[in-house]
Amino acid sequence: MPAHARVYTSEALVLRRLDFGEADRILTLFTPSYGKVRAIAKGVRRTTSRLAGHLEPFTRTQVLLATGRDLDIITQAEARERLDALRSGLWHMSGAWYCSELIDRFLEDADPHPQLYRLYMQTLRVLNDGAAESESQLRCWLALRLFEMRLLDELGYRPALVNCAGCDTPLRPEENGYSAELGGVLCPNCSRYAQRRLSLAAFKVLRLLQTTTWEALPRLRLESNVQIELEGTLQLTLRYHLDRDLKTWSFLQGR
Amino acid sequence: MQTTAAPVTALIEELAKLPGIGPKTAQRLTFFILRSPADQARRLAEAITRVKESIIQCSICFNITETDPCAICANPERDHATICVVEQPLDVLAIEKTGVFKGVYHVLHGALSPLEGIGPRDLRIEELVARVKPGASGAHEPVHEVILATNPNYEGDYTVAHIMQVLAGADVRITRLARGLPIGGDLEYADEGTLGRALEGRREVNG
Repeated sequence: MPAHARVYTSEALVLRRLDFGEADRILTLFTPSYGKVRAIAKGVRRTTSRLAGHLEPFTRTQVLLATGRDLDIITQAEARERLDALRSGLWHMSGAWYCSELIDRFLEDADPHPQLYRLYMQTLRVLNDGAAESESQLRCWLALRLFEMRLLDELGYRPALVNCAGCDTPLRPEENGYSAELGGVLCPNCSRYAQRRLSLAAFKVLRLLQTTTWEALPRLRLESNVQIELEGTLQLTLRYHLDRDLKTWSFLQGR
Repeated sequence: MQTTAAPVTALIEELAKLPGIGPKTAQRLTFFILRSPADQARRLAEAITRVKESIIQCSICFNITETDPCAICANPERDHATICVVEQPLDVLAIEKTGVFKGVYHVLHGALSPLEGIGPRDLRIEELVARVKPGASGAHEPVHEVILATNPNYEGDYTVAHIMQVLAGADVRITRLARGLPIGGDLEYADEGTLGRALEGRREVNG
């Protein structure tokens, strides 16, 4: 929140909600300029609440917040963009929850990451299109992997994919090793320290995800074993940095 | 140095565990109980014990009850072919108060919530499938309609999406509660989502 301001406005996406008291909720908001903000929305569980419909997850909302002693208080909210198709897609909604949990777990309060905010919104839109069946399942899957890759970048955990994470020699297009602990891909010489193997196909996709934007990402065709490998590699990395399992992960598996 | 008697501290600590009760309220409640007649305190203690000892979950609908099956499931007047699926026992009370619904219930005891790690196995979803799909043991009659009355939020919708998936192929009508404007609400403050659905689901008044 801005220093000294008693009331401030921001765009926000709701990451998670916690019922509080009789009819209140404590929300974790993700805002472009103030990062993660915890705020209380009073009376939102009542059906007549003027805020409730505007403060659902996966809804881009303009909020007016009053600085509180402990938590900020949401005084007004107006939805700007709602992703309604998402509501009917089980897997797509799981993906959206997954992104929310990643941000919530990785980010500290009041640590702004405007790029990550834009990426989160973009990923949600892709998932929404996927649930509306105007985007393929594979594109949605790729959007999640791109999100994971960019999240690691943004937080300073960018995996080494150009030079070997062990001996710093340039990596060649061949089967390599991977270690989250050492921070990236390992050349065949250093592969004895690897936590898992990394096939050439998966290595290429990882590099692509690290360097390209969503708009420029080509329409890829991926074998399911490469998909499983990529999921596993990124999950290993996220798990290593987070030091815990994500609750939403199992919901994505059960498709 | 212990300034308060141990039984008093113990009661304060127990009361402070209740939702919405902080240490100060717990102290006030404790001293209220201390001053109140012994009879009143005993009734409170008995009520708490009874609620834990005699309340069970109905083996059919999983609502909380004293008898199994519960009064609603055992009532032959009710329409056993219509099942209303709700998240919590309190939702049953809310729907019963309307007096509109004559069918039976199924209480899930929560909603699916990926962020809280609440999955299908934590809820009474398998039991619902067993009630709805043919060949179920102990079913009174075939189920014609399942009304999904989960909360109108993302967790509720997620639960609905999951139930739709597991009930796919069952010969049953599946409906959801309508969404629209609350009585006593204000059109100006309605969000577009609600207002849009209210428009879609509008009713003829001169028919």
